[in-house]
This record gives sequence, C-alpha cells and structure tokens, in this order.
Amino acid sequence: MDRFVFLTVDGLSRGAVYAAFALALVLIWRAARVVNFAQGAMAVAAAYVAYTVSTATGSYWLGFVVAIVAGLLLGALVDRAVMRHVDHASPLNPVIVALGLVLLIQAVLGMVYGSEFRPAEAPFSRSALTVGGVAVLSPYDLFVFATIGVVVSGLAWMFARTPVGLRMRAAAFAPEVSRLLGVNVGGMLTLGWALASGVGALAAMLVLPTELGLHPHAMDLVFVSAFTAAVVGGLDSPPGAVVGGLVVGLLLSYVSGYAGSDLTPLAVLVLLLAVLLVRPGGLFAPVAARRV
Amino acid sequence: MSATRAALPPKEQLDEQGGRPVDRRHGSTLLRHLAVVLAAGLLLVAVSYSVEPFRNFQLATVAAYLCATAGLTVLTGLNGQLSLGHGALMATGAYTVALCQTAFADRGMTGGWLLPLSLAAAIVSTVAVGAVVGVAAARLRGPYLAGVTLAVAVVVPALAVTFDGVFNGEQGLSVPVEPPPLSLGPYFPYERWQLWVTGAATLLALLLLANLIRSRYGRTFRAVRDDEVAARLAGIHVARTQVLAFVVSAATAGLGGALLAVLAQSVSPGAFSLTLSLFLLMAVVIGGLGRLTGALWGAVLLVALPDLTHSVTEMLTLSPAVAQRLEGNLPLAIFGLTLIVVMIAAPGGVQGLLSRLGRALLARRPTRRS
Repeated sequence: MDRFVFLTVDGLSRGAVYAAFALALVLIWRAARVVNFAQGAMAVAAAYVAYTVSTATGSYWLGFVVAIVAGLLLGALVDRAVMRHVDHASPLNPVIVALGLVLLIQAVLGMVYGSEFRPAEAPFSRSALTVGGVAVLSPYDLFVFATIGVVVSGLAWMFARTPVGLRMRAAAFAPEVSRLLGVNVGGMLTLGWALASGVGALAAMLVLPTELGLHPHAMDLVFVSAFTAAVVGGLDSPPGAVVGGLVVGLLLSYVSGYAGSDLTPLAVLVLLLAVLLVRPGGLFAPVAARRV
Repeated sequence: MSATRAALPPKEQLDEQGGRPVDRRHGSTLLRHLAVVLAAGLLLVAVSYSVEPFRNFQLATVAAYLCATAGLTVLTGLNGQLSLGHGALMATGAYTVALCQTAFADRGMTGGWLLPLSLAAAIVSTVAVGAVVGVAAARLRGPYLAGVTLAVAVVVPALAVTFDGVFNGEQGLSVPVEPPPLSLGPYFPYERWQLWVTGAATLLALLLLANLIRSRYGRTFRAVRDDEVAARLAGIHVARTQVLAFVVSAATAGLGGALLAVLAQSVSPGAFSLTLSLFLLMAVVIGGLGRLTGALWGAVLLVALPDLTHSVTEMLTLSPAVAQRLEGNLPLAIFGLTLIVVMIAAPGGVQGLLSRLGRALLARRPTRRS
C-alpha cells in the first residue's frame, strides 16, 4: 500500500509535466494544425540556455526565468523563420520540416555543449516527506504541482476571458473571417507558437531534474510520452491533454514500479497504439464522422 | 484507376481505340529494367576492381542504405504514408541476421547459401513486424501516423536493452560472416566481396521495386496517395493497398538493415537510433520523394556527407575536443538545415531539380523532340 501511494504521487507529479508538455503540443495543433515534432528539441535548447545562465550566475531562478523567455523567443522565431514558409498543402510537409529542426537543434546543441550528460539541479529537495509513516510528497513534487497548476489555469483564463485569448481562438478556427474583422491572424499564430514553446521549456525545466540530466536527446522519450498524452486526450482538447498527461504519468509510474523501468517505453507505445486503434479521436472526443 | 488517369498531363495523347494513354517508351518494362540493372551490375563490378578497398566499402554502405531509402521513398513518396520508424525496421532485419548467422556458426555450418538464407530470414521477420505496424498505420493519417512510427523508432532500439538475454543490451551482437569463396582466388579483397554481395542484393531489390512501381500495384499506390475517396470509388481497397505498401517498404528496410549488419559485422541499438530514421527520411526528401533515383542520391549523401565534414574538420586546426564535437554533429546540422531548405524551396529534391534541368535542356533543342 505504501508503495502504491508513493507510485501514485510520483506518477501524478510526472504526469503533471507530461500534461504541460502535451498542452504545448495541443496549443500549436489548435492554432496551426501542425504537430510540432521539434517541441522536445526546442525545450532542451531552452533548458541549455538556462543551464548556461545558472552556472554563470549561480542562481537557479534566474536560469528558470531565462529558460521560459528563451522558449517564448524560440517559438516565435521558429514560426516566423521556418513554419510560416512551409507549404501546408500536404500534412507531411510541416512534419518533415519539424524533424529537420530536430536534427538541426540537437546538432547545434551537441556542437556547443558536447553530448555528455550535464547535471540538472532541482531547486527543492527531491526526498519525500513522510506523513504518518508513509512517504508521500517531496517538496519538489509540490513545486511541480504548483507551477503546472498556475500555468494551466493561467492559460485557461487567458483563452476564456481575455481579448487576446478570444482573438487567438478566432484566428485558429476561422482565419479568413477573423482577418476580415481586423484580427492580426499571423501575429496570433506567432503568439501561439511562442506560448506553446514557453510552456514546453517550462516542462523541460521541471522534468529534467527527475531524469538523467541535460543531454541533446534528453526529451526524446518525454516527447513521445507527451504526444501519447495529447492523443489520449484528443489532440484538439486542452483539458484532455491535462487528463491524458496525468493518465500517462500514472501508467508509466506503475509500470516502472511494478514491472521494471525498462518496460516504460514499450508501455507508452502500447498505450498509444491502443488509443489510436480503439478511439483515434482520443478518449474525450465526441463521436464524429470519419473522413475516408 | 480512372483517378490516376485523369491526373495525367494532357501531353500524353489518348489512343483512339482504347482510350488509353500511349506509353512513349516502347518494349517490355521488365526487359528495360533488367537491362538497366544488368548495366548497373557490370558497372559496379568494373568499379569494384578500379577503386581502393575503402571506397569499395563505402559503396557497399551506399548500397545498403539505398535498399532502405528506396523502400521508404515508395512508401512516403508514392503511397503518401510517412514513416519515422524505418530505423527500427532496419534494426529488426539487422538483429535477425545477427541471430541467424550466430546460430549457423555455432552449429558449425558453412556454405555460400547460408548468407542468402539469413538475409531471407531478415526480410521475413521485418515483413512480420512491418505488417503489424502497417495494419495500425493504415488506420492513421498525417501527424498520428508520424507519432506512432516515431514511438516505434524510439521504443524498438530500447527493447534490445530490455531483453538483453537475447540481444545482449547496449553491447549488441556480432555477426559472423564467412570470407569470400576460395574459387575467387586466395587474395580476393574482402571489401570487394562485400560490395558484390550488397550490390547484388540491392540491385535485385531495386529491380523488384521498379517493376512494382510500374505495375498495377504502383498505380493503386499513387491513386490512394492522391485521393483516397476517388481511389475507393474506382474499386481500390484503400486499407489493403496501404498495408501492402508498408509491408513492401518494411521488407526492403529489413534487407537494408541486414546488409548494414553484414557490412559492419556487428549490430548494436546505438546504430539504429531515432537519428537513423530521421536520416533516412531526410535522404529520400532531399533526393526527391517518390523516385528511386532520388533514393540513390539520398543514400550517396548519407555516406558522403559525414566523410566530407570529416575532411573539412581535419583541414581546420582545432583542438581535439572541439574537432570531435564538430565531426559528430556537423553532418547532422547540415542534414537538418538542408531538409528544411529543400522542403521550403525545392520540394522535388535533387532529382526534381535534375529532371527540371533536363526538360529545360531538351526544350532548347526542338528539332530533337519530334
């Protein structure tokens, strides 16, 4: 029972990060109909910037802020410099370009920082506090939950309540009409990319201390897990992405706790295939007519 | 069928009786392809005698990659299915060959027929894996398909570590390969033999692929890619066609992986990372999607570019640590950048540019055309 509680809390903490990362994927998918396969590499790039700043100044928090800013800028840059110019006629094209970005970013990081693992420090202790003899939460888990909670509710508030959020939703769902009504559709798209990339950078900052450390390929498996989370929730639904992230986090935690951590990648693949074959629109999708 | 016909440019005039387009290239397709393959084979033998052993080895590597890229270009270019999992399929073929060859060597079996047998086993096992992935893939579109195959590419190499009793973890397996047969003479260079073996296997695979592309099946592949609804209305079973394309592509990827394993005489999960899958995709996109010649350009690039960057970094005077970082990553950066630029500026790739150039040259000499 102790073990079950521990694994559940650990899974939820990990799942919160997947949820944020999946949310970043969903944001771009809703805005541009592109699954950003370069999300992981972009987030690692931001985390490397944070690493440089933190080691130069000795301040974790400065690095943390810099990572998010770098993520925002990188997202805007990728949209303006690359994705804007891709022919979206075939859905293959943006995917292929994003993969080119993955190669490019990982290679540049490898050239600048080398491909050895760098330690990623955690701002709080990762050893769990015990409540009534049961190890439950570590201060770091609390930090993760709080941060993700603030980000997710902040995004929800922004999209639902602010004029900018309304414009972004309008630009995503009816670009032509929005343009006629005076919405800067291109700017909203760039803003969407920046926001998503910033959230991705934040997720990377939160997940890296719990993994092996900083490495150009550090987010490959995290990306696959987050993609699975987004698919579980349905690519179109932000609340679905959050739930999907928690589900994937819990599943991975149980699998690695009870069956061995080697099996977690396989578990992700099986879950992804199962969801796509049984409910391709995600668990929360309304029943829709399928295009041939 | 009619869907593809309708898409043909009006330049190909219709025959009055049958309403069929007249193929300007006369003669049997099979014979023409056989002639090309025969010429390529003779050229390969001639080249293998005239260049140094290392170049022979490099050519053999190109041939092995060509197997995989040709299969991928049929799948992505002709059938419109994107696969990021071909590195994993190559790993399947490579590990099968390693296990077969080790089993043969352990039982003390020798003979020239063992290697073809192992290669066939590699193809069979990859076909099985490809059929499983293909059945799933046929139900998926666009980014979903890319995501699943990406997961396959990330997960399958990790399985080698999970089941390290069979696959020996990160260390990998060695592939015992017999020396060239004695009938070729006692001092026959090993690299030349490698080129002959991989070249023969690849040319055979290319011959089959080229015929497939020109056949009824190739046309249904393209019809499904262009418009699934129209293809279904024309009586094509869309899902079956997609699974078939995936299986064919998987088979060639497995053969390519098996040939790579035979060349390197070892397999390890590190050799079949996600980066390899991205490399293959990059190679077919840069070469020109959907063209076998494009796959050739891509395969050449895969071998030549790392070599080129190696010589560039050697020319610059750098500290060893910096040089090592550059050497490992510069080809990746160039590949990535080229992929982006090609996708944005020239979606037809190298072969598309070449054929545009060729058409432009032909158009300048109007007397030659009629």
